[in-house]
Amino acid sequence: MDNATDLINRSGSTVEIDATGVYYRDLNTVLRNVCSGDVERIELRNVCGQRYIGTDLGRQVNIDIHGTPGNDLGAFMDGPRITVRGNAQDGCGNTMNEGQIVVHGHAGDITGFAMRGGKIFIRDNVGYRVGIHMKQYLSKVPWLVIGGTAQDFLGEYMAGGLLVVLGLNLKEGESHKANFIGTGMHAGVMYIRGSVAKEQLGKEVGAVELEEQDRRILGDLVGEFASHFGYDAGHILAGKFTKLVPLSLRPYGRLYAY
Amino acid sequence: MLKTLLPSRFIVERDPDRCIQCQVCVRQCGFDVHYYDAEDDVVRARDEQCVACHRCVAYCPTDALTIRKNPLSYRDNFNWRPETIEDIIKQAETGGILLTGMGNDKSYPIYWDHLVLNASQVTNPSIDPLREPMELRTYLGRRPDSVEIDWETGRLKTSLTPLVPLEVPVMFSAISYGAISLNVHESLARAAREAGTLFNTGEGGLHRSLYQYGPNTTVQVASGRFGVHSEYLDVARMIEIKIGQGAKPGIGGHLPGEKVSAEVAKTRMIPRGTDALSPAPHHDIYSIEDLSQLIYALKEATNYTKPVSVKIAAVHNSAAIASGIVRAGADIVAIDGLRGATGAAPKMIRDNVGIPIELALASVDQRLREEGIRNRASIVCAGGIRNSADVVKAIALGADAVYIGTAALIAIGCHVCQACHTGRCSWGITTTNDYLVKRINPDIAAQRLVNLLRAWSLEIKEMLGGMGVNALESLRGNRLHLRGVGLTDTELEILGVRMAGS
Repeated sequence: MDNATDLINRSGSTVEIDATGVYYRDLNTVLRNVCSGDVERIELRNVCGQRYIGTDLGRQVNIDIHGTPGNDLGAFMDGPRITVRGNAQDGCGNTMNEGQIVVHGHAGDITGFAMRGGKIFIRDNVGYRVGIHMKQYLSKVPWLVIGGTAQDFLGEYMAGGLLVVLGLNLKEGESHKANFIGTGMHAGVMYIRGSVAKEQLGKEVGAVELEEQDRRILGDLVGEFASHFGYDAGHILAGKFTKLVPLSLRPYGRLYAY
Repeated sequence: MLKTLLPSRFIVERDPDRCIQCQVCVRQCGFDVHYYDAEDDVVRARDEQCVACHRCVAYCPTDALTIRKNPLSYRDNFNWRPETIEDIIKQAETGGILLTGMGNDKSYPIYWDHLVLNASQVTNPSIDPLREPMELRTYLGRRPDSVEIDWETGRLKTSLTPLVPLEVPVMFSAISYGAISLNVHESLARAAREAGTLFNTGEGGLHRSLYQYGPNTTVQVASGRFGVHSEYLDVARMIEIKIGQGAKPGIGGHLPGEKVSAEVAKTRMIPRGTDALSPAPHHDIYSIEDLSQLIYALKEATNYTKPVSVKIAAVHNSAAIASGIVRAGADIVAIDGLRGATGAAPKMIRDNVGIPIELALASVDQRLREEGIRNRASIVCAGGIRNSADVVKAIALGADAVYIGTAALIAIGCHVCQACHTGRCSWGITTTNDYLVKRINPDIAAQRLVNLLRAWSLEIKEMLGGMGVNALESLRGNRLHLRGVGLTDTELEILGVRMAGS
């Protein structure tokens, strides 16, 4: 785009970009150009629905988004650390590989879909089909921590990673509403704070008690979550957690006749 | 365990006068058919495990072996044929979904065999490809609706989208690492580079040792998103979103845990020994708008440097779906027909779901032309392409290029025994067992694939020359070069082809 420089205001290693009315493709081109330099922090102002922010930047850079980023925020993302001062839409962290997304608000459907690495922290609620087919390999373990609650199909076909739902905005006695949690799950772990009935779980998951090691892992996850949003980690950890694990590495091993 | 009531499908015949008890067959068989009986010092066979892959026959140094169909007769019954009866027995014994490999083996009409090509006689001379240049080069990707030229500089004002050149209009179909061995992937990659075409990773990621073949690689992004990361996308020449597969339209894939070896686990980035499950749909694609979102996510992720293909299975509404795919921003539409093959699929789905590729191809090409958007995407035809004549007919029906899978595997040893799903392939192709994998030598296999493509290219040039055409481009979608034989009026109408003699 011709007048890209008009949008950019640079001071030191921080760049401020005014995204008012900028087409997503142009905005991402600007981001690519900016990131090819030595910038460390990007302040994106007046973001309104622009898609794919954080995609194809390929390095660690801090991006602060003010407004509402569009779908597929951080899709295939490989390094940037994004903070959203507002809500995220659908597909946040789609097939993300490395980096971090912190959302000070809600996120939509399919958050963290097929995530392979990095961390996502959502302060409030998420939509449907969140964390489907998250994966892990050796030390590459994606984190997805949700402060509020989630809708149906949470962690379906999960193949790895750590998924935490804290239920912080549930009222006294209110339980999570999601059904079909972890259908087809065959690796990874989910920790749910608050009550989940057996009928809400997919056939391939089992609920088990937390062990010492789980407490340690949860301590790390919740500690980091709390530090982003100014919560008291100890208070959150004092709640009752359920650990959901796959019943088999091969849930459909007996499905076929060879 | 109860003895199975299934009769052996094949009988292993060993000529005792020729057999020297060398046990080559014992070592070569991936299905443990042959075994050495030390007590009697003799090699015997477990016929019931034989799949007729002919590995032992090919490697027996004294030609002592042959495999025959079990002549066991059932009472004749057109409805209850042996296969139907045996399927029921198998399910009664296991309670499982019947699983199989390769493509549909049923007797649906093969329309290629009802289409004949034209040739020049007298009025316009045929061209001799031995003395005149013949152009097979094909460019895949989106063409602009119109071009604008800056008359002062003589340059194009219209910005063009990336195109992929192919020296031969034949690419290797998507076959994932895991379904096949790394050696086979390497053979396909090397052959693609040498022949100037592309191989396709399938949905299992790309092993790092093959990144060097990136310029000749199509990387697939499927519902399981295995091995998909920015480097994988960056290294490729083309990206393909896999929506469907001809062998199993509408369902996902399950790579069984046994095939998820250490290296497969590393490439797919999942723990070793777990099932690699690809869900039936992409859970981020529930509409054409969602598909568009993923197409552009991939374009953004690679900064608009690569064309994006969308592969679907040929089904009843392929033409309307293809129109949506093109409008969603795909640069290539790949259609995989009823006879497309697979490493593993439920038999009922393989044999009963989808439509013949010839009909789907003709209707998609026709529909995109009618809507005036045929220029916006190339069409790749897959599923049951057996020889160069099929390629030529597919191009005349409207394809830009074709995919071959089974034909490529046959070139490197496959005998189409349909046991890919067992992971025990004696030819070392559809297995990740280290002992079997070594049987494919990428030096030799790549050469055999290059030979196949060379042979087909020569034949395509001969056919083109015969039609008086010196460039494949002139044949593309030119259905006047085709005539139908033994087809109904409706079939001719859908194919857009006239009856032979008319």
